Amino acid sequence: MTDADDTTVASTSKSTKRTRLRSLYHSRKARQFRANSLNIVGLVIVLAIIASALFAPFLTPYDPTEQNLENRLESPSLEHPMGTDQLGRDILTRLVYGAQISLRIGVIVVAISLGIGTVVGVTAGYAGGYVDEALMRFVDILLAFPGLLLALVIAGILGPSLTNIMIALAVVGWTRYARVIRGSVLSVKEQEYIKASQLMGVSRVRIILRHILPNVIGPVVVLATIDMAGVILGTAGLSFLGLGAQPPTPEWGTMISEGRNYLQDAWWVVNFPGMAIMLAVLGFNLLGDGLRDVLDPRDTDAVQNKGL
Amino acid sequence: MWKFVLQRSVSAVFVLFGVSVLTFLLVFFTPGDPAETILRQQMGGQTPSAEAIEQFRANQGLNDPIPVQYVDWVLSILQGDLGQSYHSDSSVTQLIVDNLWPTFELALAGMAVALLIAVPTGVISAVHKGGRLDYGSQLAALLGLSMPNFWLGYLLMLIFAINLSVLPTSGYGTIDQLVLPAITLGTGMAAIITRLLRSSMLEVLDEEYIRTARSKGLRERIVVYKHTLRNALIPVITIIGLQFGYLLNGAVIIEIVFQRPGLGRLLIDSIFARDYPIVQGLVLVIAVLFVVTNFLVDVAYRYVDPRISFEGAPK
Repeated sequence: MTDADDTTVASTSKSTKRTRLRSLYHSRKARQFRANSLNIVGLVIVLAIIASALFAPFLTPYDPTEQNLENRLESPSLEHPMGTDQLGRDILTRLVYGAQISLRIGVIVVAISLGIGTVVGVTAGYAGGYVDEALMRFVDILLAFPGLLLALVIAGILGPSLTNIMIALAVVGWTRYARVIRGSVLSVKEQEYIKASQLMGVSRVRIILRHILPNVIGPVVVLATIDMAGVILGTAGLSFLGLGAQPPTPEWGTMISEGRNYLQDAWWVVNFPGMAIMLAVLGFNLLGDGLRDVLDPRDTDAVQNKGL
Repeated sequence: MWKFVLQRSVSAVFVLFGVSVLTFLLVFFTPGDPAETILRQQMGGQTPSAEAIEQFRANQGLNDPIPVQYVDWVLSILQGDLGQSYHSDSSVTQLIVDNLWPTFELALAGMAVALLIAVPTGVISAVHKGGRLDYGSQLAALLGLSMPNFWLGYLLMLIFAINLSVLPTSGYGTIDQLVLPAITLGTGMAAIITRLLRSSMLEVLDEEYIRTARSKGLRERIVVYKHTLRNALIPVITIIGLQFGYLLNGAVIIEIVFQRPGLGRLLIDSIFARDYPIVQGLVLVIAVLFVVTNFLVDVAYRYVDPRISFEGAPK
């Protein structure tokens, strides 16, 4: 960044932060990101979902699970902007609390997948030879199963619960990270400066941490963002099938599953949760696409997520 | 070419072996004792005696060492025997064969819908690159990608079956019962194909021979449809082959939404009934189909793409 940053670190932190933010905002990459309005749309959607998850209790006066049978299946009104469901619960409230669940699962699954993927990818890429061969063959085998189908079977065998869905999605999800990270490690490994550090006797762990990992951050951030969309869609889909969140949890897929019997009389019960899922998935896909343009010229496409 | 086919075959066989081991091991992760579960089911909810369980385990070969069980399992599969359902009298093979056609029919119809939407959209998008039509169709494709099938299905049902009453809400057997499921499945795939076709078209439009075609005065329509689209479709068609997994993922959800029979419905029902031989058989069959399709697509791509091999170049 700028010289100003280095000199003002010790002095007032407030102005430093502001300077830093300003220089980030005016940086070439940020400008590139802003050039495409779809990127901004994605960022705004994602921020809105994060905000509604964080401030859920302040955004709505209702409780997400408390039943109120007198008000069941009320159509959208000022009091209940998205209507009420078959048990008289405010749908907007449930969607807002549902954002907490979707985001939490998304973050946890992405973190686990990323952790396993990093260890496997770095090991395979850095060690090479038989280790690489064995690990990548194992990845090939896992990728031979259509992803969500495998997740579905694992979740089904472990029994319906949100925890088991997270395990299932992580078991299926880490392979893509492993491939991307291995690829990046391979391309960095042969560079002169890595060879030089090796010759200077820098330890293996230090080379990986200091020189190799920073180089894979770009593609990994892109993949993780797009993967958030995939995990949110996967969670909702598995929950819709009855393998994930159980009633009365305000999970978006579960809401569609519970509401489908009332399609004829109350269109809002199914359609608002559907829109919530679509918006969340769209937001993360757009944001991921935008970040890719800026951070990673190679393709990790949102297309890979589709399936449910 | 043959060297490539051989290499690919070896790795496909290796992957198939791995797939069979993993599928076999799936059952060992199931909670509870399958023998006890089945017997309880057969005895109408009563807890079976320890001897009865032991007897059952011996009959089913559940006491053998795991590698022996694996070899037995593979040998019987090679003879077309995927085992016996826990809860019904049918064999797993029979159940899978019975449910194959409804899913296949859905997949074909979905693919047709996808191509009907995606080919014109992709072409228009590429020809008008950067224009409003391009922007619009890319946005539509993104929406299609982000829309969960289990919502789209209900939305279509609400509009066409409940409000307009022009199509049945669900069921299986007649052509009009296939329309909404096919559109649901096709929309997501259309989004994928549109994006692929657009970038493939843009790539081809940049080629030397397209410039030649234009410079010798061919009409734009002929350049686009005859020279560009034909070549741009090659990678797209191979990738459609690779979308097989997507088709199956989609079919599971759609068969549940529209209450159709099929492999997806069989899988979900078996998972909830804890009928693991069926789950195991389905996972294996699907994974094998998936690996074989990928292999064929890989080879076909090599064969068909003129940029890789001149021998197979289309005239």
